[in-house]
Amino acid sequence: MTSQTTAAVEVRHLKKVYEGKRSFEAIRDLSFAVDPGELVCIVGPSGAGKTTLLKCIAGLLRPSGGEVLLDGGAVSGPPEQMAVVFQEYGRSLFPWLTVRANVELPLKQKGVPAKRRAELTDRALEAVGLADFGSSHPWQLSGGMQQRVAIARAVAYEPEVLLMDEPFAAVDAQTRADLEDLVRKLWADLGMTILFITHDIDESIYLGQRVLALSSAPTVVMEDVTIDLPAERDQLTTRALPAFADYRTRIYGQIQLAKAGGRPAPVVQTVAG
Amino acid sequence: MNRVLTLGRSLVLWLALPIVLLVVWWFDSAGSSSFYYPPLRTIVSALHREWLGHRIVDDVIPSLVRLLVGYLVAVAVGVALGVLVGLRRRVRLAAEPVLEFFRAVPPPVVVPVLLLVVGIGSTTKVVIIASGCIWPILLNTVQGVRGVDPVLTETARCYGLDGWARLRTLVLPAASPQIMAGARQGLSIAIILMVISEMMASTGGIGFTVVKFQRNFAMPEMWSGILVLGLIGIVLAMVYRLVERRLLAWYVGMRRLERGEG
Repeated sequence: MTSQTTAAVEVRHLKKVYEGKRSFEAIRDLSFAVDPGELVCIVGPSGAGKTTLLKCIAGLLRPSGGEVLLDGGAVSGPPEQMAVVFQEYGRSLFPWLTVRANVELPLKQKGVPAKRRAELTDRALEAVGLADFGSSHPWQLSGGMQQRVAIARAVAYEPEVLLMDEPFAAVDAQTRADLEDLVRKLWADLGMTILFITHDIDESIYLGQRVLALSSAPTVVMEDVTIDLPAERDQLTTRALPAFADYRTRIYGQIQLAKAGGRPAPVVQTVAG
Repeated sequence: MNRVLTLGRSLVLWLALPIVLLVVWWFDSAGSSSFYYPPLRTIVSALHREWLGHRIVDDVIPSLVRLLVGYLVAVAVGVALGVLVGLRRRVRLAAEPVLEFFRAVPPPVVVPVLLLVVGIGSTTKVVIIASGCIWPILLNTVQGVRGVDPVLTETARCYGLDGWARLRTLVLPAASPQIMAGARQGLSIAIILMVISEMMASTGGIGFTVVKFQRNFAMPEMWSGILVLGLIGIVLAMVYRLVERRLLAWYVGMRRLERGEG
């Protein structure tokens, strides 16, 4: 690392082997760093160990080798300054709690005083456009709205790092575009670090400042692409830019290479922040 | 207005069959001269005479207190043990054969054994009730705790919900539909055991009184005791329903939506 600032998230030579009758090497040697306030997308073919990577970063899985550093400190369990949004929105919300109580629960656990809690909850629900749905139960809402609740919960928690694991893979295309814009907006407004995992190349380019393309398992970083598109992004114009198409071609090529079992030319690519 | 109407309609539906049955019984038995099948009119007057006086205090209330104490002990212990067994794999492995054994033994069989060991008295009956109705509660709790969605568990971990908070905000609510199903089964067993324990060795209580009437060939009185037991069963089922409706409103609503009943 040549950076002066400490990376918000740094993954160093991460390795994960699932032990069992037939051991499976999910991640071989993964290194990258994410600067504070950066929005980085991780894209890879299915079975690339994307979720494994996320769980290691979130402290839900213990790596077999290497380490994950959060703000310079090693992650050994779920860190307090991190929030996660899972793909399975319907299963990550507490069905016995109202929308509001779902958003408030982690804040209660964190010991945030009631008044501040109410403020944060109001603001988060407002930000995701669900101010009127606080007293509904999650299962009364559509899929896209449920995922908004999960995002509101994560945002209200005021994390330094927000992890998102294919959060929009299970919603319809229109909702998906709306939610992508919501993530960009929240990121611009709140300035947290976002690590967004997806299998959708277009989504990764549209959202990210940087895209990490992963190989298939055992996973390494195929390529680290800086997305040099205007910060103000728009579903129509941004996606129509020639540069957008170039990025797509480039990353698509890497993913195809990865699927064919290709490896990046240099064995490990460490990224300067 | 609409709500009241629906409620009224359900109430009518709910009461219709019992009323029909009672009416049929009433007229069918009206002219009966059989010793064992007295007219319902006689039974009702026996009910009035025997059960609305001192027996409420002497027999009915003590029976109900024993029932409730035994049942609540079973719920508390059953849920506590069930959570422990459900969350700890090793405890589960060690406890499983024993649990299966006790589940397979019909609870009334244990009554004579316990009477011998613990003796005759109120405590014995409470122990009999609790030890008989704990099994469905315990086993259902184990299943419910094991069935907590892994995504929800990981979400809770991410947000630092561990220890007591995890139990209170995740494990118990998630398992509550199954715990309540176990509690329902447990309640029926508890009522049965209340009566049986009083029939076998007792000097008071509803079960004892019914047997006493039967031994004295007081048929209308015996029938009235059976009616009292049935009425208690209905009332307890209604109380259970109310508790369930409060605790599991979310679950009922969710299931209804899943089935497309909006």
